[in-house]
Amino acid sequence: MKDINDARENPFFRRQELIGLLIFAALILVVFPAFLDTFRLNLVGKYLTYAFVTVGLVICWGYGGILSLGQGIFFGLGGYCMAMFLKLEASSVANTKIQSTPGIPDFMDWNQLTALPWFWKPFHSLPASVIAVIVVPTAFAFVIGAAMFKRRVGGVYFAIITQAVALILSILIVGQQGYTGGINGITDLRTLLGWDIRTDHAKFILYFVNCLLLLGAILLTQYVTKSKLGRILVAMREKEDRVRFSGYSVADFKIFAFCFAAALSAVGGAMFTLQVGFMSPSFVGITPSIEMVIYTAVGGRMSILGSVYGALIVNFAKTTLSESFPELWLFGLGALFIAVVLVIPDGLAGMLSHYIAPYLGKLKPASDAVNGKSPLNQTPAE
Amino acid sequence: MFGDYTLGQLGSIFVMQGFAGLILFSVFLLMALGLAIIFGQMGVINMAHGEFMILGAYMTYLTSKLFEAWAPGLLAGYFFFAMILAFLASAALGALVEWALISRLYKRPLDTMLATWGLSLMLQQVYRSVFGAREVGVDLPPWMLGSWQATDSIEIPINGMFVMALTLLITIGVAILMYKSRWGQQVRAVVQNRVMAGAVGINTERVDRATFALGCGIAGVAGSAFTMVGSTGPTAGQLYIVDSFLVVVFGGAQSLIGTIASAFTISQSRSTLEFFTSGSMAQVATLIGVVIILMIRPQGLFATKVRR
Repeated sequence: MKDINDARENPFFRRQELIGLLIFAALILVVFPAFLDTFRLNLVGKYLTYAFVTVGLVICWGYGGILSLGQGIFFGLGGYCMAMFLKLEASSVANTKIQSTPGIPDFMDWNQLTALPWFWKPFHSLPASVIAVIVVPTAFAFVIGAAMFKRRVGGVYFAIITQAVALILSILIVGQQGYTGGINGITDLRTLLGWDIRTDHAKFILYFVNCLLLLGAILLTQYVTKSKLGRILVAMREKEDRVRFSGYSVADFKIFAFCFAAALSAVGGAMFTLQVGFMSPSFVGITPSIEMVIYTAVGGRMSILGSVYGALIVNFAKTTLSESFPELWLFGLGALFIAVVLVIPDGLAGMLSHYIAPYLGKLKPASDAVNGKSPLNQTPAE
Repeated sequence: MFGDYTLGQLGSIFVMQGFAGLILFSVFLLMALGLAIIFGQMGVINMAHGEFMILGAYMTYLTSKLFEAWAPGLLAGYFFFAMILAFLASAALGALVEWALISRLYKRPLDTMLATWGLSLMLQQVYRSVFGAREVGVDLPPWMLGSWQATDSIEIPINGMFVMALTLLITIGVAILMYKSRWGQQVRAVVQNRVMAGAVGINTERVDRATFALGCGIAGVAGSAFTMVGSTGPTAGQLYIVDSFLVVVFGGAQSLIGTIASAFTISQSRSTLEFFTSGSMAQVATLIGVVIILMIRPQGLFATKVRR
């Protein structure tokens, strides 16, 4: 109980949280750009776009206890919204005059489309596209969330439904080649308002934009966890009925957590498209969605920064291992899923706060203070 | 789209698509039966269920190769040995997994999903290393080839009929086991009230392990049957896993009738739609339909009230 009281008295940042955030900011803003070449930096930028998803999952899964196995849906929708704008800009009449219908994306021409479909039209404008990046995935999450949570569907049922939706969306994107670019996705993206995003210089700038957005997302999420809202989410995870009987609308809070995570994922997806230069259904389906959950689990489902490190570490391991030992990687990833769940359910952040923080004297663990429980019974209640 | 066909042709199309749907129904049902037993009994979602099925399929493949090499004379009957072997192998692996993994996670169903997903990735890699990344198929015994000519325009493949008969037998077997045997009574007692079942002397841990092993064993048999109608690759299990989850949830967990009904509905609508549009769009339409119905009626088609 003492810990919970502490948390209430605490300001927006406790000291070690601030130190942690400053170290992280220094790492991504100074250390990485100083020591990595453009290729590697771009790779780190790609990993950091997944961090948007993991930060969202901390709220949705860690705090709210809602496991979504469909975050790829929102990452992908955000990415596709961005890619559609960039693709339209790349398919100007001048660039596509060899096509039978100039001015539409190349894959539409290959699929005998002669006019731009209606839902592509808003993506001629950048402001509309940026709004769509946030609004489309969030609205979609709202529909799913409202339908499920209002009927008190949760737990594994919700996870299965989100997974099914991820499957549906990826099959749909692959199947509707003329409208979506099919299995290859939307490729060959060139410029953003005339600014070539393929140059090293542009990649360097985009990396920093990405980092600043991520830091903003971290601050926003920190604010949510420290607010009364964050405390209600935890209470809801632990004893849903008591929160409901206390007069709170549990469904609304769940919908909020789910939409919040979706919006963050969508920003990550849009930044992914900008930095990597394409978007494809392989980031939408079941496998990427569940992998993003494991990044969060490895880093620590209750720790915002921990989950970001989780995304970085797992992806770094993936790139390194799958370059040299592709067979070992899948095996290692599978083992990682099992090990994290069985051995360190609170992830690296939980390990840090349990084994190392006690030796740091006054510096008390960040994740523990929030709910004041040991890692073993910190898992979401059904 | 109907205009190009005569009434008789349309009838034949529906019968044959219906039959294709029945084969899909058999595969779904065999997979969903195992899942439903495990999910209904323990509330555990086994994401590696598809890989247990593939284990059964590979066991069948191995048996067919062994019979080809050592006992070509008995080739006609190898399938029955293969099925038993598939059941035993999957059930043994299931018991092992329950002991090592699942039993430690009963209080955390969401984490079980992640852990079993990890297990499925590892098993896929094992299959890929042992059997290669390419799909393998078994040679059907001669009596299973060919088809039965019902009328001029209706042809029913024999291997399909065999798979359906097998599904029917296994479903009846499971029903008897669950509703008539003493063990089934214990399982149902544990489902309805775990604490009280333990209090009257049922060893709930052992019931859990046996249930999990049985569910996995049935998945193995499903894999065995699957080799009769399709080829097997390391990742083939994942193709069916979401569908079979939906079958279980759609039918209402804990309900055998519900599982059968929903497997039938989903497979029939998918194969009927498949004729008029592409395969992937038929799958999408069916899945969307199921998801929407589940949003309106989350407890599924046939829900039983359960005290948790």
